[in-house]
Amino acid sequence: MTIDVPTTGRSLPQLQPISFIGADGRLTDTPTEGLRIPSDRTLTGLYRQMVLVRRFEAQVTHLTRQGRLATYPSAAGQEAAEVGATTALAPNDWLFPTYRDSAAMLTRGVPVAEILAAFRGDWHCGFDPNEYHTSPAATPLATQTLHATGFAMAAKLKGEDAATLTFLGDGASSEGDTHEAFNFASVWQTPTVFVLQNNQYAISTPLREQTNATMLADRAAGYGMPGLRVDGNDVAAVFAAVTAALERGRGGDGPTLIEALTYRMESHTNSDDPTKYRDTEEVEHWKQFDPIDRLEKHLRRAGVLDDAGVDEVAEAAEALAASVRDAMNQEAEIDPRELFAHVYANPRTALREQQQILEAELAAAGTA
Amino acid sequence: MSVETGTSTTAAAEPTTDPTAVDVETGAAASANNDAAAQSSVTMTKALNQALRDCLAEDDAVLVFGEDVGRLGGVFRVTEGLRAEFGPNRVWDSPLAESGIIGTAIGMAMNGMRPVVEMQFDAYAYPAFEQIVSHVAKMRNRTKGQVSLPITIRIPYAGDIGGVEHHSDSSEAYWTSTPGLTVVTPSNPADAYSLLRESIASEDPVVFMEPKSRYWMKETLALPVTTAPMNRAQVIREGTDVTLLAYGPTVRTALDSAEAGAEHGLSIEVIDLRTLSPFDDETVSASVRKTSRAAIIHEAAQFGGYGAEVAARLTEHNFTHLSAPILRITGFDVPYPSPKLEEFFLPTVERVLDALESWDWEL
Repeated sequence: MTIDVPTTGRSLPQLQPISFIGADGRLTDTPTEGLRIPSDRTLTGLYRQMVLVRRFEAQVTHLTRQGRLATYPSAAGQEAAEVGATTALAPNDWLFPTYRDSAAMLTRGVPVAEILAAFRGDWHCGFDPNEYHTSPAATPLATQTLHATGFAMAAKLKGEDAATLTFLGDGASSEGDTHEAFNFASVWQTPTVFVLQNNQYAISTPLREQTNATMLADRAAGYGMPGLRVDGNDVAAVFAAVTAALERGRGGDGPTLIEALTYRMESHTNSDDPTKYRDTEEVEHWKQFDPIDRLEKHLRRAGVLDDAGVDEVAEAAEALAASVRDAMNQEAEIDPRELFAHVYANPRTALREQQQILEAELAAAGTA
Repeated sequence: MSVETGTSTTAAAEPTTDPTAVDVETGAAASANNDAAAQSSVTMTKALNQALRDCLAEDDAVLVFGEDVGRLGGVFRVTEGLRAEFGPNRVWDSPLAESGIIGTAIGMAMNGMRPVVEMQFDAYAYPAFEQIVSHVAKMRNRTKGQVSLPITIRIPYAGDIGGVEHHSDSSEAYWTSTPGLTVVTPSNPADAYSLLRESIASEDPVVFMEPKSRYWMKETLALPVTTAPMNRAQVIREGTDVTLLAYGPTVRTALDSAEAGAEHGLSIEVIDLRTLSPFDDETVSASVRKTSRAAIIHEAAQFGGYGAEVAARLTEHNFTHLSAPILRITGFDVPYPSPKLEEFFLPTVERVLDALESWDWEL
């Protein structure tokens, strides 16, 4: 006689990453767990947005090297994961990004200057989260996964037709908050989609020193939620998987973990030195999996994109880059008095006294 | 006047109710009571429970969750009966993970809710430290006031209950040294009710610290009761020679010290701080200027503790009015001890009176 426990209901993700469009731009024969490739119209839009965000990342990285921004963590190379996942969101859904998800915030519609305010040093968050249904980018790793879970729980309790999507990375997968969020979301069956961008490095630490698991998506099974691994450089796979997971969540069937295999082409931030921990051959190797090249090939072959279309998107990308330069070349108006303005809803006498110290210092400096 | 601290004599970590608790006169801030309502003997636990019940009834956005707060009603029974009354969508047991509790409360607050969450014991709030300090405290400032987090974090704290290790910490200084947090601690049932109601209504996040050793303290009062506003300290015993500052569990110690001091001809004024952050400079300084001497009592260790801030700011504001250095009468700078040693650790009436005697009273 053995202990009476359920012996069914657990499933592990398939080992082969879900992929529709291979690195060569041709359709793959990978099993896709019932997911369908997005329409040509959707793919064309995703192509356009990926080109835009790549140009955005390049421009911001360039401006950072020029000293216009204090620091910048680029998601170059990860455009498919950033754009594919974020585009799947409905307006009522909420996005919970990290510091590396400017491309996602741009895709969500947050204005350039408001995204970059944090990295330029103007203010820790430059936009109104309620306006864009986008949380401030979390800097402490994995903390945002719990916020996304709680937000979704409130949506569920209120009967709102809304889901949440949060990004995290392979490094963050080791943080306790990640595991707590997976567990809370699954126990509470919240409409939450965890998009784990496995870009192979946590600053300098490679994946093999981060985990001994076969794959990070396997972790979902331990929390009783579906997990799947997608080719994170195939925007069709990311979009399809996240769309299905969001629908699943909104339909009351709980959270999903999606591991998107990708690669961080740039350094961690501009102050990083990747030559100390990875060789150029590895970076070159990953270039063959480029998310934009493959989609362009696919769309050209499908007859929905031609030279003129590519040029038009490239022009739009240049226009975006120009707007980034313009935005970063305009100094934001920063009022030091604002240090005190938002800390508390209920004003504090002692804080007013400290503000008077600052006022006096400003007056003495002639800047009042 | 009889005094009963409700001390558990066993090393049980999760005491429930104390059958030996007797009625005490608190001398505290319950004066604004509604005389017309029926008076009854109310423990602090019951007062907190009623505050939660009334908040849940008045506002659908109020949610109560945490470890064992549902079916069991919390290890101290503060949430007893609430799940049955309001259902599992308003009051429920969460998985056992404190960072998860605070982190999800943040998300809920961002989506219009007013979560009231329980950290089961002081030291068990530490896994949530990052979420509290990096997000709860900072979200409003980070978003220029566009995202407020009206979260109430209830933390049973302090010792004198015979608790095993990690069940008796006084963690207030971690929270009071974090801008963005309001830190409240009642010392009696009436304040427990009124301050918890006000904390839950606050747009600012509140760390609401409940003194475990006072949970079983009884007071005759009628609920609902409205006491002095949050953010105000209260003179709860008038005196002319010394101002004794206390909060939470040590208010009783201060009152007992004042009683004992009176027998030696010492007129001690006692102030219950009630809210630790912000600090009520106005009320406390007025008292210190009157008495010219002050001491603060807390269970937490002395070095870098809350008393250091109080002593420093009172000295800065009132130096020329002082006749003696401001004293800190506290737990020792050692880890909180095991139950058989806590009587030697905690500040007692004797330690308070000895400290006051150390001043040169001729000055």
